Amino acid sequence: MVLASDIQVAQNVGFAIIALTMIIAGVGVIAARNVVHAALSLVVVMAGAAANYVLLSAEFVAVTQVLVYIGAVMVLFLFGVMLTRAQVGKDAEVNNKNAVVAAPVALLLFGVLAYVLLKGFSDDKIAATTGNGAKPQDTAAISDLIFKPYLLPFWALSFVLLAAVIGAIVLARKD
Amino acid sequence: MLAVDLPYWAQSLLRVLGGTVAVLLPAGTIVYLFLFKMMSFMQSRLGPMEAGPYGSMQLFAEVGKWLQKEDLAPDGADKRIYRMAPLVVLVSTFLLVAVVPFGPDAYFTNFDAGVFYMLAVSSISTLGILMAGWSSANKYSLLGGLRAAGQLIAYELPMVLAVLGVVIQAGTMNLQQIVVKQNSDSIFGWDGLGNPYILTQFIGFAIFMIAVQAELTQTPFDMPIAESELVSGYMTEYSGFRFLIFFIAEFATAGVFSLIASVLFLGGWGVPFSWFGWDAATGSVDNWMNVAGPIIMITKMMVLSGIIMWVRFSYPRFREDQLQRFAWKVLIPVSLLNIMLTAILKVAF
Repeated sequence: MVLASDIQVAQNVGFAIIALTMIIAGVGVIAARNVVHAALSLVVVMAGAAANYVLLSAEFVAVTQVLVYIGAVMVLFLFGVMLTRAQVGKDAEVNNKNAVVAAPVALLLFGVLAYVLLKGFSDDKIAATTGNGAKPQDTAAISDLIFKPYLLPFWALSFVLLAAVIGAIVLARKD
Repeated sequence: MLAVDLPYWAQSLLRVLGGTVAVLLPAGTIVYLFLFKMMSFMQSRLGPMEAGPYGSMQLFAEVGKWLQKEDLAPDGADKRIYRMAPLVVLVSTFLLVAVVPFGPDAYFTNFDAGVFYMLAVSSISTLGILMAGWSSANKYSLLGGLRAAGQLIAYELPMVLAVLGVVIQAGTMNLQQIVVKQNSDSIFGWDGLGNPYILTQFIGFAIFMIAVQAELTQTPFDMPIAESELVSGYMTEYSGFRFLIFFIAEFATAGVFSLIASVLFLGGWGVPFSWFGWDAATGSVDNWMNVAGPIIMITKMMVLSGIIMWVRFSYPRFREDQLQRFAWKVLIPVSLLNIMLTAILKVAF
């Protein structure tokens, strides 16, 4: 049974505002007739995701979201788009006929994700403290996890990224 | 700890007011003291003298002038994005100041990922600059915007890497704890000065200040707004109120970055805790530090932003290729070396 005192009104209102903004911006990404408008809408979606992480008291993940996605990925994205082909005004080539195929795929993905999330986390609450007394948002605890039990996967990921960087340089250099 | 117990809304209101003051006051002081007066004296002239004693009211005259100008947008511009861009840049500045601690209880927020947050939020202004450059529908603006983005991306890396040295030495990313640590530590057992990280992290400090200079697009790193080739870069088409916002954001960010540099390297709001017998572990710092702290911070900020402006008025502009080469081939290797050295020394001692 859900008690009235269990419902956190402020958090729910906050979530509603963030979610609504994200949905509007998400529609904006696909409906925009201009590449730069679509990219800027995507920035809003990313910022909304970061805000949701803050609501989940995962401040480190939220800051990472801002640093990596807004500060780096989207800036590079916009940089590339503006450097090559982005005119002010409508661009006829932005939308193509494959939208018909994309819609069911997106719906399917939404269904699967919603099912998995609801099944996995439906009644979970964010613990005030973890087993060893650390707060879940503790940055030091996250670094302890990354650099102790998950060190090997972390290294493997770093090497994949390094390989990607070198690959990009090899592809881009002609001489 | 705090003598008065304020309700949450009153605290929030105070914080918003404090944040506004912490952004606008440094901006005004820097513009008047350094841009109007110091630059004039360096060029053997008096600067503004008419408005108020020694021209001290000149700022209000300038703001009034900009406010009454027409808010123009070019015909071919993407109007909505064009109008939003300066605000994005200013928002980045306001978000940045939220993490700066001014005293033991005088902070806006106090959380673990503070340093990380500071680096993340400062990159949002790049977005605003790109938006401004693109939406103006002007080749000068677009070129300026792209140059600015390339420069900000390049100099963000050395900045992150320079700060890492401090994080390793302090063992925390919480800015408040970094301040406490610097003031309660000792140099080989002597605690008369605390241990401001400018002594041990001098390389990091130098790289950080250079990167800040570039992030602010101040001369010698002002390629993006190079007035002799790009008119005024991404700001070319802006006038009136919106140009004023760009202008405020530029100098406010200089102030905020100076505040952050003084937190990271100069001991922040604190005085060495041993002077008054304060204990860092229990956080027993006297309440009057909440008043003295901001004053100490502002003093350090004025010194650091004075250096930023001094360099700005003294050096000629870097060429674009020199500027990129300097970031990637000098600053980043040196800061990586600094991290390695710091880590080794941290483990050794």
